[in-house]
Parts: sequence; C-alpha cells; structure tokens
Amino acid sequence: MARYNSLVDVRADLQSGAISMTELVEYYLKNIEASEALNIYVEVYAEEAREKAAQLDAKFKSNPESVGRLFGMVISHKDVICYEGHGITAASKILEGYTTPFSATAIERVLAEDAIIIGRVNCDQFAMGSTNENSVFGPVRNFADPDKVPGGSSGGSAVSVQADTCLASLGTDTGGSVRQPASFCGVLGFKPTYGRISRYGLLAYASSFDQIGTLTNSVSDAALLTEIMAGPDDFDSTVSTKAVDVLSDFEAQDKPLKIAYFKSALEHDSLDPEVKQLTQNKINALKAVGHTVEPVDFDLLDYIIPAYYVLTTAEASSNLSRFDGIRYGHRSEEAANLLETYQKSRTEGFSAEVKRRIMLGTFVLSAGYYDAYYGKAQQVRRLIQERTNEIFAEYDFIMMPASPVPAWNIGEKIDDPVATYLLDIFTVQANMVGVPAICVPVEPFQNGMPFGLQFIANRFEERKLLSFVAHFFNNI
Amino acid sequence: MKVDKALISKLEKLSRLKLAPEEQESIQKDLTNILGMVEKLNEVDTEGVEPLIHISEEINVLREDEVKHQLSREDALSNAPQTDGTYFLVPKVIDLKKNKE
Repeated sequence: MARYNSLVDVRADLQSGAISMTELVEYYLKNIEASEALNIYVEVYAEEAREKAAQLDAKFKSNPESVGRLFGMVISHKDVICYEGHGITAASKILEGYTTPFSATAIERVLAEDAIIIGRVNCDQFAMGSTNENSVFGPVRNFADPDKVPGGSSGGSAVSVQADTCLASLGTDTGGSVRQPASFCGVLGFKPTYGRISRYGLLAYASSFDQIGTLTNSVSDAALLTEIMAGPDDFDSTVSTKAVDVLSDFEAQDKPLKIAYFKSALEHDSLDPEVKQLTQNKINALKAVGHTVEPVDFDLLDYIIPAYYVLTTAEASSNLSRFDGIRYGHRSEEAANLLETYQKSRTEGFSAEVKRRIMLGTFVLSAGYYDAYYGKAQQVRRLIQERTNEIFAEYDFIMMPASPVPAWNIGEKIDDPVATYLLDIFTVQANMVGVPAICVPVEPFQNGMPFGLQFIANRFEERKLLSFVAHFFNNI
Repeated sequence: MKVDKALISKLEKLSRLKLAPEEQESIQKDLTNILGMVEKLNEVDTEGVEPLIHISEEINVLREDEVKHQLSREDALSNAPQTDGTYFLVPKVIDLKKNKE
C-alpha cells in the first residue's frame, strides 16, 4: 500500500474497491510497529481499530451513502484529549492508570463522522515543552532523524503523521505546540481561532490560550477536521457561538493579497541564517505571483515570551491544583496526613518542568507580586492584541517561520529552560491574541530536516487562511 | 527580584509541593533566570492600559438547566486511589486523640 496524504485519496480508493478500511488499519498498525523506536504511541487501540474497520467496511458495503464524512480517516490523539473508556495521562505520573469516564467534544464529533482512532500519542507533560522530552514515557524521536527532537508539545502527534502511522492527529496548541512540531516534522499544523473548537475534555494547561488543533499531510484534511470539530458546545462557555464557515470547500484565489512580515523577526538575533534564507525565498516567490509582501514594525516581539510565561504559568498553577491525589490519579504512599497527601502526591506525580511552571505561576499570582507581574503581563497582552489588530486592518495575513532554528539534538537544550522558552518567539503571538495560524512545510534545510512557514490570519478567518494556504501549498 | 530560599519554601507551601534540597536549589536558579527574562516587561510603558483578561468574545453563554453528561457514583469513584464504594477516603484530618494530648 502506498502512503496516503489526504482523505480525498483514501476515499477514492475505498470507492473503487482498491482498498478496504480493514486493509488500511492493518497498514497503519504495521507502520506503528515498524516505528516503535520513535516512541510515538503511549497506547495503540489495535483490536478496537480492527473491529471498527470491519464494521465500517460492512456499513459502506451495504450503503455507500450511509458513512460519515470522516469515513476513511484514521487518526491519533494527543495524551491530553480525553476518549471515554481509555487512559489519559498527560504524559505524567500523576495520572498513571487513570481511565477517563467521558470523551472530549472534539473526539465525540470526529467519531460521529466515522473516523477511526488508532491510538493515543506521547507529548510533553501537561503540554508543557517544546521538545517532547518532558514526558514520563521518554522522548519522542523525529522520523527524519531519530537523534533530533520532534518539537513539542504535540511531538507524538506530529511524528505519528510524519511516520505514516495514521492520516491525521489531534493535538493542542497553547503557545505553538501544534505548529512548531509540524515545522520540525514536515507536516501541516493548524491552530484555529481561540474558542473555535470546544476545550471540553482537554486537560487544561492555560485556559485562555489552549486550543485543539490538527496535524495532517494536507490542507483539505485540516479544513475538514476543523469544520467538524468546531462550533458551540454546552460544556465550554468560552467556545464561540459564531456559525462555523464551510472550510472544506476552498475560496477561489483570484485576487492578490497583502501579507505582512516583521522586520524585527527576520533580523532577530536568534534567527538561523538558513531559516532567514528559506523565508526570504518564499517572500520573493509570493511577490513574484503578484501578492504584496511587506515588512511592518512590531516593536513588541521581544515582550511576547516574557508575558506568555507569566500568564500561562499563572493559569497552569491554578488549573493543576485539581491534581491532589484525592479523587483520582497518583496518591503517595509515604503520606502520613492530609497535607502530606497533597504535597507528596503532587511532588512525586509532576515532572521538574511542570513543578517549575507551577512555582512560577504561584509566584506571579501571590500577594505583593500580582500587579507587578500578572497584571503587567495582562496589560502587555492588550498592547500585543491592539498592535496585531492594527496590522490585520491593513493586511490579510502575517507570515513568519514557526521556529527561528531547525530541530536540535535530543538532550541538547535540556538544561537551559529559558533558552528553550525563547525559541517559541514566533508561535506565541497567535495564542496571545487568539487568532488562527497554520504552519506549512516548505523546502527543507540542507541537512534534510523539514522547515515550516507560518501564516497567521485575523480572528475567525479560517476559511480565508486555509484557502490561501491550499493554493500556496500546491503552487508556490 | 531576588529569589532566595525563603521564597522557594513559601512557594512550595502555597503550591503544595515538597522539593528535595537539590530540587530546591535547581528551581531557585531557574526561577532567578526566568524572572530575569520576565523583568524585560518593565521596559514597556503600560500606563493606563486596561489588562486583557478574557480572550473569548462570548458573554454569559447560557444553556437550559437540564441534567446531561452525569457521571454515576460508580464511575466517579472508579479512579479514586482509596474509596469505600460510597465516599473518597482520605487520611484522617482531625485526630481527636492527638488533640486531647
């Protein structure tokens, strides 16, 4: 069986009878086995996937019209998105052995359209990290070079698609966790507008930033999955009640667009020369086909990461207070009383990185420091939003690399959290202001590692963004 | 901002963590570095800027007050580290014997 890069192609072969779902699932299970050394999967739902495939084959055979819109799509889900009756650990010890009694709304919606979920994939613990090394299951390895990190936190999701173990993966993006691994692994990573997809059933990291996103090989799969998962939900009051655009049918690209890029980004100290060159090449290519691509000033670039770490750790310290060893999850056996039960269960159950962020978040929210740190960061967030709005008043999109550097070696940056945090510089803006952004693979680095370019659009402009990217991906 | 041992132990207490001495040391170093990075925010003039608190545009999203997605007691207790089938069990909170002493 040859690799499929979109559901459209899978469907064509199911339609013609060239393949069956049973064969497709066996193909992916074989690839999962072959890629075991990459440490992608936390759990493979092999038997369930086989049963579901057989059922769907029968359903399709009896009436080809009766199958759902995601019939043919085999997906993986990040270990922070709940699927009823299955484990969910956020790659932590504190949720070891936990079986979730409910499904995320996003999971329910894709299952209702006949997608098959083949397994749960590794990630950084509680989605905190940019390398997928912060996992109780050990690091995920990049399929393009197993010595390199796949990015994070949705590293397992990105590699599951990259290594052809499924057609698409559901990840989450709080500060670039879908887009940066997409860039490192050469797949498409799409984060919709904040509130476009319900966060119900997603283990919370930073609630005003978190968003479910997709990792796929094609723009059409990202569009279809998003269209199906998006929309109002009784169980998330922050989800948008705005009608969901038809995303799976792209707009015609018949007029030139105005695209901005930040001079401060392209001239940034942290920028790898090859990243600069590859980005410049695409700027030239877009100009050559008639689009306007212009540098704009964005003086706030270097304040994005500091503000992000104040705000997200504050939210995390609050969100992760629910893990107390009482109602579910790991309970320390060393504790003699209630207070020690909390302290020891949490201390044993969280990784060093998670503890670091909880402590920082606790600090910025504590009496005497709240205004100077948390309040200040919220004000800076407002300024970033206002400036971003000004840019979108004039331009259709903002373009930037997803990461200032190519994928680095596993273990290379593990001892310097601040240096790693600063590398999120180009992805965090979209989460700070809640706008949609997509990372698209373009030509790779000279060492063969993938490289992805990011396009950011204004709030709820998913259709415009995906339509453009579909065109860009195929023609420029 | 100086991150000293007293601050680390205060944060441990507030966040219900109990770190080993070497962990305390490494977190002291990390927090010093991270707060050093964060202090860059002081360069930004935010005089009179309204803090951005909500990123969602939705206001008062309501739904019918119907019972939906309820967990049975059995399901709710199914992940408990310790339960008697009706309640979550925790270590004794008030020790009467100890109080008398």
